[in-house]
Amino acid sequence: MIPRRAFLAALAAAATAPGLSWADAGSPAYLAAAREADGSYALHGLAGDGAALFRIALPARGHAGTAHPKAPEAVAFARRPGTFGLVIDCVHGKVLKVLESPEGRHFYGHGCFIAGGDILCTTENDYTARRGVIGLWDRRQGYRRIGEIPSHGIGPHEMLALPGDVLVVANGGIETHPDRGRDKLNIPSMQPSLAYVSPQGELLEELRLPEALHRNSIRHLAARPDGLVAFAMQWQGEVSDPVPLLGLHRRGAPAILAEADLGEQMAMRGYAGSVAFDGIGGQVGITSPRGGRIHVFDDTGAFAASLHRGDVCGLAGSPGGFLATDGQGGVWQAGAEGLSAARRADCAWDNHVVTL
Amino acid sequence: MRQTACAALIALTLPVLGSTAMAGTEEAIAEHVMPAVTGFAQASAQLQEAAAADCTSAAVQGPYNAAFDAWLGLSHLRFGPLEVDGRVSAIAFWPDNRGFTPKQLGSLIAQEDPVVNSAEDFAHVSVAARGLFALEMMLYDPQFAYEDGSYSCTLVQRLSADLARMAQEIATDWEEEQAPLMLSAGEPWNNFYLSPDEPLQVFYTTLLTGLEFTADTRLGRPLGTFDRPRPRRAEARRSERSLRNVELSLIALRDLAEQLAQPIPITEEAFDEALETAQELDDPVFAGVEDPTGRLKVEILQQRIQAVRRAVEGEIGAQLNLTQGFNSADGD
Repeated sequence: MIPRRAFLAALAAAATAPGLSWADAGSPAYLAAAREADGSYALHGLAGDGAALFRIALPARGHAGTAHPKAPEAVAFARRPGTFGLVIDCVHGKVLKVLESPEGRHFYGHGCFIAGGDILCTTENDYTARRGVIGLWDRRQGYRRIGEIPSHGIGPHEMLALPGDVLVVANGGIETHPDRGRDKLNIPSMQPSLAYVSPQGELLEELRLPEALHRNSIRHLAARPDGLVAFAMQWQGEVSDPVPLLGLHRRGAPAILAEADLGEQMAMRGYAGSVAFDGIGGQVGITSPRGGRIHVFDDTGAFAASLHRGDVCGLAGSPGGFLATDGQGGVWQAGAEGLSAARRADCAWDNHVVTL
Repeated sequence: MRQTACAALIALTLPVLGSTAMAGTEEAIAEHVMPAVTGFAQASAQLQEAAAADCTSAAVQGPYNAAFDAWLGLSHLRFGPLEVDGRVSAIAFWPDNRGFTPKQLGSLIAQEDPVVNSAEDFAHVSVAARGLFALEMMLYDPQFAYEDGSYSCTLVQRLSADLARMAQEIATDWEEEQAPLMLSAGEPWNNFYLSPDEPLQVFYTTLLTGLEFTADTRLGRPLGTFDRPRPRRAEARRSERSLRNVELSLIALRDLAEQLAQPIPITEEAFDEALETAQELDDPVFAGVEDPTGRLKVEILQQRIQAVRRAVEGEIGAQLNLTQGFNSADGD
């Protein structure tokens, strides 16, 4: 890592940022936030095999982020109710810019680019009005805040850009207020939704869960190029209730709610932390750090495998299947046939792995 | 025999590792896990034999309770062998929020489903209709009362045999696979435990999760809310084991704590207080949660167990430099 850094420093002196591509960044494949051995927080750039490429110190606990579609640049977000976002130059492993959420807003920890990478969208809490908003930032103007649109729900968490710049938003449905930390203020009446929103803020389509599942917070998303969206849920009822934690949805069609057999379903403890399609796209996985397992389903919602690893949470597609990370520093290659250790880092990997 | 084999295995493995990082893990496996899984296999085998000889509830209840007692020695070890094939759910399907167990048993009995005649087929029956809680329903609930020679009699025999099979498989898996795997943590070929301290983290998390389950679920479910206490949600209330299960789980968790780290005077004192409170509570099925005085007593017991948890974190967690899982404790 040190020789590499020296190399990058030399490169930094010689090169100017514009025009660089992801290849110039050593083609990092993933970003993952972590708690370091000394208790501080950092963001790591990882190669496809999980090897360390760069590391950036964070002022507080990170959550997830999003990669620019062309430039070797990524934005990493604070964990909610955090207020910072860091624009990172992935060639030099340096912070280019610090974004601050506007007065009266905080970030939820996720975001995405639209308009060919010119506009960054961030999920935010307008906590006085008790509604979710999507912040819009113009990259061409140094990530100037240019406006916001409604998320059409409370507690927007993960958000992805689908082809045609349609935003798909997981409105978790849970009301929080920074004065009350992470307390959940509206569980009896919560109404999560999966909202498809245009960049102008119109609600194009909305999926709601059956009434019996209104406490199932839709929180994380994965999308396949053909428009199939996978959503992962976190149950706010009793831990032992065997409720589905994965949904598959395509616009204009009803959702498929996917479940494993009863014992396996209960073992997830009502909690899915991340969702991802595998590298090929035929399978979709969800993680439960509380249940210490990954559940793999096929793209019709049929249960395929349960893989066990304590505190596993981060999940992303990889050429061989999935890449998974855990709180003990483990990086794993995962597929329906099992888990294989790729690396063990001296840190606790946080909730998500972001594919670059 | 089995224990001897395991002891020999540990003796062989130890000098090779010679690592202090294995301290705590070695003790937990040899002194806590192996006696518990062996004891459960023996007690379940005795239950199977008793039911085979005489399937009536009067004859089976005694060995059933002995098997349940033995289960509490390992019920918190929810990783490895207990997770294979959904064993933990198949052995102890509780809580049963939706009443799956009576529904599915009722359906087997109404159809006189021949699945009870085959050990292999029965292993694929829904976890809700198997294990200790299905047996409890059969042996104690008047709705499922049965006579010698009936379908239900055969069902009780099959349930007992199925439990004994799983208990034996758990003991074998621990001895032949899980113990060697944990004791070789960090070896280059070990694809499950990537560093020598990982098994200790697993046991530590297990200890905290076990305490949480007893406080939040075994006691929390019958407590419900002040306005709506739920005494009928007490664990194993039909066999009047609710309080007994709390006590036995605390004894097992205390034993695990003592294997993981020494000395732990604060933790031991907290366990003593919780166990004393449990022993003084004259309410085997937590029926008292419906009146304010009785409820207060159960709440005090719950607080004592929560205090044990804090003691474990402050003392054992600090000694071993461990915290509960980063993601499982605090996700988003």
